[in-house]
Amino acid sequence: MFTSPADVTAQLDKAGYLCDGPTATTVFLAARLGRPLLIEGPAGVGKTELAKAVAAVTAAELIRLQCYEGLDEARALYEWNYKKQLLRIQASGGADWENTHEDIFTEEFLLARPLLAAIRRAEPTVLLIDEADKTDVEVEALLLEVLSEFQVTIPELGTVAATKHPFVVVTSNATRELSEALKRRCLYLYLDYPSAEREKQIVQSRVPEIEDVLVEQVVAMIGALRALELKKSPSVAETIDWARTVLALGAKELDAATARETLGVVLKHVTDQRRAVDALKLA
Amino acid sequence: MAHSHFHGPAFHGHPDRGRAGGAEASLLDRHVQFVAALREAGLPVSVAESLDAIAAFGQIDVLDREAFREAYAATLVKRQIQRAVFDRLFDIWYPAGVGEEIHSWRSDGIWVPAEPSREAPRRWVKDDPVRQRLREELSSYLLTGDERLGRSVARDAVNAFRPREAGGRGPRTWSRSEVMSHLEPYTLWENLLRELLQGRTDETAEALVRSLLDRRLEDFTQFVEADVRRHMAERDGVENASRATTKSVDQIALASATAAEMKQIRREIAPLARRLGARLAQKQRAGSRGVLDMRRTIRDALATGGVPLVVRTKPKRPTRMDLVILCDVSQSVTSFAHFTLLLVYALREQFTRVRTFAFVDEVDEVTRYFTPGGDPAEAVRAMSQNARVTGLSGRTDYGRAIENLQRRWGDAIGSRTCLLILGDARTNYTSTALPTLSGMVDRAHRAYWLNPEQRRMWDIGDSVASRYAAVVPMVECRNLAQLSEFVEQLGEAG
Repeated sequence: MFTSPADVTAQLDKAGYLCDGPTATTVFLAARLGRPLLIEGPAGVGKTELAKAVAAVTAAELIRLQCYEGLDEARALYEWNYKKQLLRIQASGGADWENTHEDIFTEEFLLARPLLAAIRRAEPTVLLIDEADKTDVEVEALLLEVLSEFQVTIPELGTVAATKHPFVVVTSNATRELSEALKRRCLYLYLDYPSAEREKQIVQSRVPEIEDVLVEQVVAMIGALRALELKKSPSVAETIDWARTVLALGAKELDAATARETLGVVLKHVTDQRRAVDALKLA
Repeated sequence: MAHSHFHGPAFHGHPDRGRAGGAEASLLDRHVQFVAALREAGLPVSVAESLDAIAAFGQIDVLDREAFREAYAATLVKRQIQRAVFDRLFDIWYPAGVGEEIHSWRSDGIWVPAEPSREAPRRWVKDDPVRQRLREELSSYLLTGDERLGRSVARDAVNAFRPREAGGRGPRTWSRSEVMSHLEPYTLWENLLRELLQGRTDETAEALVRSLLDRRLEDFTQFVEADVRRHMAERDGVENASRATTKSVDQIALASATAAEMKQIRREIAPLARRLGARLAQKQRAGSRGVLDMRRTIRDALATGGVPLVVRTKPKRPTRMDLVILCDVSQSVTSFAHFTLLLVYALREQFTRVRTFAFVDEVDEVTRYFTPGGDPAEAVRAMSQNARVTGLSGRTDYGRAIENLQRRWGDAIGSRTCLLILGDARTNYTSTALPTLSGMVDRAHRAYWLNPEQRRMWDIGDSVASRYAAVVPMVECRNLAQLSEFVEQLGEAG
């Protein structure tokens, strides 16, 4: 998959994802050791993007399990297609129970959900378990089984073991601590806001038509904003939005007036905006 | 696997100072000691994770110190709040290599011999050439933000400003602030500002440049601190230095935090509140299964041929509490009160209503300072300036505060109220007003007392903690970890 951390950086770079040293090393280790990669960090720093980029460069299919409150086994793992099973029973008419039973618990009636689908694939796969902190504790136990053994037991069919381990990425916004047991099985990566230099490159790659001076001003301003104690610091996605907005307004530079007018793109709380205007003398 | 790498990489540091002893100490021995040190510092490193780290070393170039550090971090550190402690310990146990130590990177792009270690000159020797050179180097770091240069200057500075020997008792400890005071970075500001502004005069540009310089200087201070730790490890031995390493943010005692620690803690409050809020809301929804929803159950049954396989229930109406906080804001506990109020108000959506009363020897309602959507930090500041909480004596008087609360705002506490008292129960030997408090507690739905003092300090001196504890359940609440644990339980109890 990857030959070295430097190779990770180079390949992801080609896919348009600029990553730093720690990220490259951790991704490389996760791939080499066959461990799930748990990524935490503030919203909008590119946690999900990283999984997508890895899928893109390894020519793997991305299977995504979006977690939410109330997610259950039937949505995450597999489910029997009972409607089809009912039809089958009705269609078989007078056939005896033994045969029908054999018949309706086969592959044909199995609905594979993301976890099972990822395990059964023979081709390279990236399994993205997004926002794992949103699920209930029971689902976490389920994940634990799948992620440590890479196998799923279906009572009627037997155990399905992965022929090829998928590259698993688990993301979390840390609204709750994931269980120690799950964390123990994963490699951990904390994605923070990028350095000014890297953020500049990211903006330039996403908004290629932008002038250097303007990018530098946007990134400098964002850096100063993140240093304030805000309710919600601007994310990388918001930096890019801001650059696009300023560009669309036809501004040559991000001066105090322009920044103030467009501050809503990056700061979405009134108190944050007020604080920024005060601290950076935007009034 | 990894075993070919298991014999001392170059940055292996000072193996003779570890417990293993002798230059033979292998990477494996050091690894085991390092893991033990992490555990001692409160990081829950399991055996499996320790083995993972070893497996990881087989995959990377262990001579690359940063890759090595990240391999460790990815396998052993699973909570970001512990990362700072990990980094500090890593620097102690795996210090940077010898080659780097004797050479410095200069701003003109060449490697030169590092500044020799020497005693710091007296403060008033202004034209000390080493100091002048280092100040120039520091300037160029602050202008460019080049990390390698910054680290190099920090290393030189720590060498050059070694503390003087104090009366034959061996060298005094290095301190970050001592090194920084020799460099006097703020006297460089004027020139740096001029250079970075390049003739621009608007206030915004200046604010941006100042913010940038502040951040770079903060980074530089971190570099200095890292190097000071390295020296301490050399002098006191790795294990002693390791033990002296500070705790993670959520373990810092709130009542005695330094200004820098306060800043760290404040940064931690907002994310913590967000986490707690999300979790409380989730728990309130999950823990409430209401009455049967006949309509939905029957409708869902249609899909299964009229057999109600799944029973649907109506969501229960959330029951939220009124919160009344009585809060000691006297000098000794002011920072504790500050953080608790910040956290509670960041979580205010979880409660129907929050009313706050502050006191020293007078009690005043301070709810008005905490406007919805307002900034709690600002509110705490306004409160401490404007509220009428001190009377004649100016010393904490619990009895008087409780009596006055009862007399003037007694109706604030009803059967749906949760009463929260924040304070160290140090009465200055004045009255306790126990019967009145007991009446309030009986009237309230729930009551808790949060005490920022360590449990073993209770009842010593003028503390009457256990007398109050007999009336109100008293909880020790010294750091963010304990505080968040309490707030979570409070929300669940709702």
